[in-house]
Amino acid sequence: MKPLLSAKRLTKRFGARVACQDVDFDLWPGEVLGIVGESGSGKTTLLNCLAGRLTPELGSVTYDSAAYGTIDVHDLSEARRRLLSRTEWGFVNQDAREGLRMGVSAGANIGERLMAVGARHYGDIRRTASDWLSRVEIERDRLDDRPTTYSGGMRQRLQIARNLVSEPRLVFMDEPTGGLDVSVQARILDLLRSLVGSLHLSAVLVTHDLGVARLLTHRLMVMQGGAVVENGLTDQVLDDPQHAYTQMLVASILPV
Amino acid sequence: MSAQGGRVRRDPAPGPKEHDGPVLKVAGLTKSFVVHAHGDLALPVLRDVALAVSPGECLALVGPSGAGKSTLLRSLYGNYRADAGSIRVHHDDAWTELVDAEPRTVLDVRRRTMGFVSQFLRVIPRVATVDVVAEPLLRLGADPAETRDRAEFLLSLLNIPQRLWQLPPATFSGGEQQRVNIARSLIVDYPILLLDEPTASLDAGNRDRVVELIGQRRDAGVALVGIFHDTGVRELLANRVFEVSP
Repeated sequence: MKPLLSAKRLTKRFGARVACQDVDFDLWPGEVLGIVGESGSGKTTLLNCLAGRLTPELGSVTYDSAAYGTIDVHDLSEARRRLLSRTEWGFVNQDAREGLRMGVSAGANIGERLMAVGARHYGDIRRTASDWLSRVEIERDRLDDRPTTYSGGMRQRLQIARNLVSEPRLVFMDEPTGGLDVSVQARILDLLRSLVGSLHLSAVLVTHDLGVARLLTHRLMVMQGGAVVENGLTDQVLDDPQHAYTQMLVASILPV
Repeated sequence: MSAQGGRVRRDPAPGPKEHDGPVLKVAGLTKSFVVHAHGDLALPVLRDVALAVSPGECLALVGPSGAGKSTLLRSLYGNYRADAGSIRVHHDDAWTELVDAEPRTVLDVRRRTMGFVSQFLRVIPRVATVDVVAEPLLRLGADPAETRDRAEFLLSLLNIPQRLWQLPPATFSGGEQQRVNIARSLIVDYPILLLDEPTASLDAGNRDRVVELIGQRRDAGVALVGIFHDTGVRELLANRVFEVSP
């Protein structure tokens, strides 16, 4: 078995400021990797470098593509990277408005991804879109409505449906439950948890919420000031943190 | 670390997947906690622990509170990170080292070979009790309908009323949650089971039922390591004790 995604000595700076430094890891098929740390620790920058949305100064990201074999994510042409990100990858943004097309219907948002992987039959596309709407617990009769008429939680579920309908092999998620109230959050976590399991997805999830990390991820990387200070099995990192920064993060969780 | 206790009882236990000799071997296991917020204060807990457990054996960890029984059990499961030593598990007809192993190696051992019954259920929001129980077996690719039957069977064996099966266990009593947790841990036929106070919050009737279920696993050839504060439970289940001393 080969890793699905490998980062080697990945470094990204913004001017003199280091956003992430010397990040090394392998993501194996079926694994969900969580990247945790406080705001400003470099989590989102790292995620964007992994997904090819930002170009690192140093280091490389390789991906084992179903269509092209092992490829260097930052050597791809923009056109091919876009194709990859519509077919084999998904990207769930914290702000659903960035991941959705707000001007077209929910059905079109989901259908667009299906067409990118070759679906052409209008009836089939509509049926699949409707099935996915109900899978993410949105009433089927909202299929023709635009996401502008949806609540924040519904938009996030629509974004998840849009990303997962094409059954990607790898999904990047940036704070997928950030900014949502807790009951909506629980619903999305439950949804993501069951979808990750049933579709055998591999994922890289950025979150500052250690509860979300515990529920969704197999292993964790803890980032501080752009560097990975600790990594390991999720329950081990949370129950027996080794690094001073991780111990501080775990100790800062408010008990309910 | 001090003496291994004598064998109290040895069951013949011809299990379905009989393996000669131990299936869990620990050597030189050392574990301390370092608290960075308190000037890197080091708290040594385990030093040079060695033990081995064979199919059909139930090893009880004994010792005063704070001696490190839970730390040892959690280290065996990879939940705590050992400082040094070796924890080897017989997995897929080979020995797998768990100390410093890749997360996916530990997870694979946990999915198929080594189960853990913790004292408390970690509730997953919104997931129905029957699905909480079924999940570990479904993850192995088992048939969903058969898995559900098995989950329901275990829940009824453990006296969880049928009207509760479709509800998430968040609002259940401590004893009910513990029995849901036991059902979840017994749905897969793990060759090795680690038990942390499996009867702690149960009434007498339910305690006897849990002891009976765990005893059946032992007699079927499962290797067990457990912490049992209730001496009656320990006498019924354990055929060897291991003294953990601080």
